Amino acid sequence: MTNGWTDVANADVVLVMGGNPAENHPVGFRFVMEARRHRNAKLVVVDPRFNRTAAVADLYVPMRSGTDIAFLGGLIHYMLERKLYQEEYVRIHTNAPFLVKEGFGFEDGHFSGWDEETKRYEKSTWQYETDGSGFAKADPTLENPRCVFQLLKKHYSRYTSQAVANICGCTAEEFERAAAIICSTGKPDRSGTILYALGWTQHSHSVQLIHTAAMMQLLLGNIGMPGGGVNAQRGHSNIQGATDMGAWNYLPGYLKMPSANHQTLEEYVKAFTPKPLRPNAMNYWSNTSKFMVSLLKAYYGGSATRENGFGYDNLPKAAEGSDYSWGHFFDQMYRGQMEGFISFGMNPVANGPNSPKMLDALAKLKWMVVVENFETETAAFWNAKKLGEKYYPNFVDPANIRTEAFLLPAACFAEKDGCFVNSSRWAQWKYAAAPPPGDAKPDHEIIARIFLRVRELYRQEGGRAAKPLLDMTWDYATPHSPSLEEVAREVNGRELKSGKLVSGFGELKDDGTTISGNWLYSGSWTEAGNQMARRGQEDPTGLGLYSNWSWSWPANRRILYNRAAEDAAGNGWDPLRTPIRWDGERWTGDVPDYKKDARPTEYGAFIMLPEGVAKLFSQDLVEGPFPEHYEPVESPVANPLHREVSSNPAAGLFHGALDKLGASKDYPYVALTFRLTEHFHYWTKHVASGSELQSNFFVEVPEALAREKGIQGGDLVRVSSARGMVEGPALVTRRIRPLKVDGKTVYQVGIPIHWGFAGRVKGPLVNNLTPSAFDPNSGTPEYKGFLVNLEKA
Amino acid sequence: MMRKVAKLIDTTLCIGCKACEMACQEWNDQEFTLGTFSNSYQTMPDLAPNFWNLVKFHETEFHGAPAWLMTKYQCMHCADAGCIKACPAPGAIVQLDNGIVDFHQENCIGCGYCITGCPFDVPRLSSKTKKVYKCSLCSDRVAAGIEPSCIKACPTNCLTFGSRDDLHYMARRRAEDLRKGGFAEAGVYDGPGVGGTNVLYVLKHADRPEAYGLPRDPSIPWTVSLWKGPLKWFGNAVFFGGILAALVHYIKVGPKESHEDE
Repeated sequence: MTNGWTDVANADVVLVMGGNPAENHPVGFRFVMEARRHRNAKLVVVDPRFNRTAAVADLYVPMRSGTDIAFLGGLIHYMLERKLYQEEYVRIHTNAPFLVKEGFGFEDGHFSGWDEETKRYEKSTWQYETDGSGFAKADPTLENPRCVFQLLKKHYSRYTSQAVANICGCTAEEFERAAAIICSTGKPDRSGTILYALGWTQHSHSVQLIHTAAMMQLLLGNIGMPGGGVNAQRGHSNIQGATDMGAWNYLPGYLKMPSANHQTLEEYVKAFTPKPLRPNAMNYWSNTSKFMVSLLKAYYGGSATRENGFGYDNLPKAAEGSDYSWGHFFDQMYRGQMEGFISFGMNPVANGPNSPKMLDALAKLKWMVVVENFETETAAFWNAKKLGEKYYPNFVDPANIRTEAFLLPAACFAEKDGCFVNSSRWAQWKYAAAPPPGDAKPDHEIIARIFLRVRELYRQEGGRAAKPLLDMTWDYATPHSPSLEEVAREVNGRELKSGKLVSGFGELKDDGTTISGNWLYSGSWTEAGNQMARRGQEDPTGLGLYSNWSWSWPANRRILYNRAAEDAAGNGWDPLRTPIRWDGERWTGDVPDYKKDARPTEYGAFIMLPEGVAKLFSQDLVEGPFPEHYEPVESPVANPLHREVSSNPAAGLFHGALDKLGASKDYPYVALTFRLTEHFHYWTKHVASGSELQSNFFVEVPEALAREKGIQGGDLVRVSSARGMVEGPALVTRRIRPLKVDGKTVYQVGIPIHWGFAGRVKGPLVNNLTPSAFDPNSGTPEYKGFLVNLEKA
Repeated sequence: MMRKVAKLIDTTLCIGCKACEMACQEWNDQEFTLGTFSNSYQTMPDLAPNFWNLVKFHETEFHGAPAWLMTKYQCMHCADAGCIKACPAPGAIVQLDNGIVDFHQENCIGCGYCITGCPFDVPRLSSKTKKVYKCSLCSDRVAAGIEPSCIKACPTNCLTFGSRDDLHYMARRRAEDLRKGGFAEAGVYDGPGVGGTNVLYVLKHADRPEAYGLPRDPSIPWTVSLWKGPLKWFGNAVFFGGILAALVHYIKVGPKESHEDE
């Protein structure tokens, strides 16, 4: 979240789209209720299904799954047409005045620079026009036809209310009713927030979708404002922490993963230290080398020296253009290119798309280790033919599976201390409630034990790439079971000579004298103690910042981009909701997202970006500088905006025997997966309480479709896609309305996840149905908006 | 006199998260079972001897707009409690000074008359123990000065616990706010016909309580009123005669064997 849960209570309008907080974040949702009760805030829900959040909303608008960009693009058009955006904010805090190079354009579904051969864009025409010193040219009047603002206006001129209705399936009146409420926050003294979750991230165009939301909030002047922002509701209890600590595409703290093009530390630092694009840009990533060297020193300690690039050679380097995201990773496994696999806190058979392909992939391994609380579908994959008989008749017999499978019992979250990072970016320290049962061990102990044994083998027997393991620092008091306090202090970082814990990332250096496991968490455990364990409830600003409760990254800042909540002179747009105030010498209030003693005019408000301002027009994403509506990979209609380029031209697709896509003549209905409040992912079906509250898998079928098919509530129905099928009782409901899309009636079917062939209660895996189609930026699968058929079983 | 306690359920804030259901199950050490599917999100179609707090889900429409009503359902703790009127077993159902209607299973004889007497169809007879069960408003917690477990678990402040007078005031103010906010039919539901209940509801559409699964005119059946009135002594004589007969039967024949799983 740019803001945080407690801040939602400051909103005047709450737009819930691509999320269902009443159902999936019920505790956080209390702040929506607070905003309604104390500020008379309006809650608008836009969703394919009239869900539990819609049940308490002021306005619900139905839409077709996968058409969110069209809806948001329509909002942008609506506010530009009627001048409802916050003009001064847009002028000073965004790149709206920047001039874009001659030659940039958009035609028939493609931006300039498309290469049909490689299915990628060449981005040179997307760049800014620069002056002699390399700074972007700008037109503060916003009138130059080549300025971002004018290009934006032109791009979204096609997104009229009628066009939105035609694509999304709501009526133009419904769209405009929502637009009037949402765009009412374009005034300086009104704030609107957006709450979203996987309903936005799980599309083949999801990153662009969130970009559209950010653009909309920037135009309305809602970024940086209390009660504003773009707020991702994170799902798993520590998914935010896991994201911050890095993944296949990032090192900890969102440092870029080195690629084969960056063979030395100098090359790496050069590539990822941007040059400022405006004279007043603080350009904070100019500190990349300090964060990277401190990380390398944390990894490799004494063996990391200036001479050897602080052990940079030890880091793996991906081949240029290679991709290790979920789809590619499992595709390699499926094609037999992977030997072994260790799965921690993951259940790929259940939670990956296209479960039949996941099963096949695991059967190609030599060995697999699953570290889990329960015997999950992944741990038991070898027995899928028997356990999921109806769904996997063609899967290999257990006798013919050569994968050696291990299940290691893991301690659950309540059986270990450590911290959770919530959606608000708050790292909250917690304590073990009970010891783990039997032989179960915490994940970090299992990792440590494997690491020590493997390193010992390398030490004794040698082998390819032994050095990265032998160089690794492992100076914990109990090496096979490091305490999480020690790890947390290492993550925070310290000065090597004095051993003093750093109080913030400003103290990190690139000369090898400091270490930090994640620069973003510097300040979380300082000489003053564990900041994450703080439980102060003071709220001096009255804005719900609670700065003494736990610790939030970065630097305990509660509202990101809070410098944008003030005008050029540093005066708050809304005097009653100003997160930071300039007292002539320094900023007070929240931790400023700015230099704490810099004059209001010294820097641009967006200190992380080389522009110094926020980007309405962005060169960072693969499929265009402006978001465009593309249909899901499987769609009931051709894109009404450009029928020839219907879905995202850069979407991640695979072409193996199990990667089939279906057409609407065989699979006429739009399906989407969703979650229920009673369950947590594929986990609580192993638990008595969750199993009691929602024991049964079901399929939500629109009443009109049920009538057409002669289906009554409770009748067994079969839902099938080009990949597989599920069977379960129909929940016939009026809560999913038939939609009129491009002149055609479209029915949507909602299918809850949570069930599988392992657990106290059983049911089909919904991912039997979902396609191997992915967002090209994030690698997230398209679980929402794919095609199915539905029949009475 | 002891302060009367009450529970306020503001249905406009209920999100059907079922935290109250789970808190109730856990605090009361209920055995977990499996729910049954009834074309609804409801955990089970109705209250059960081991399930005293059920959120009911109703799909409906108001003025042409879809609505999905979620209403927590449990014992209403009536001021004039039909179950007490109907109960022939001394000490099986008591009304505490604070207004809570509490069942004492050790005194329950499993006759099920309280079920007939209840205008809200709340008590449930267990086929295993032959005793009747229902929500106690966590009388044990309340006696210790803490709120009932459902209240503690509610994430949206849809549930409030406190003095009956305070909550009545709160409920009426909330209904008034809703009417001002455009919900002309908003109002308070507190079980007219049973002398008021210690569980109050705020409804956006108080003119249609049935849409929420609440009876429009709850009242104690006349047969039950009669039973506690002129016929009470006659009834008790018949009833205890029956127990005596059962005792004789027990001595002569032996206990009835249960074949149900415990």
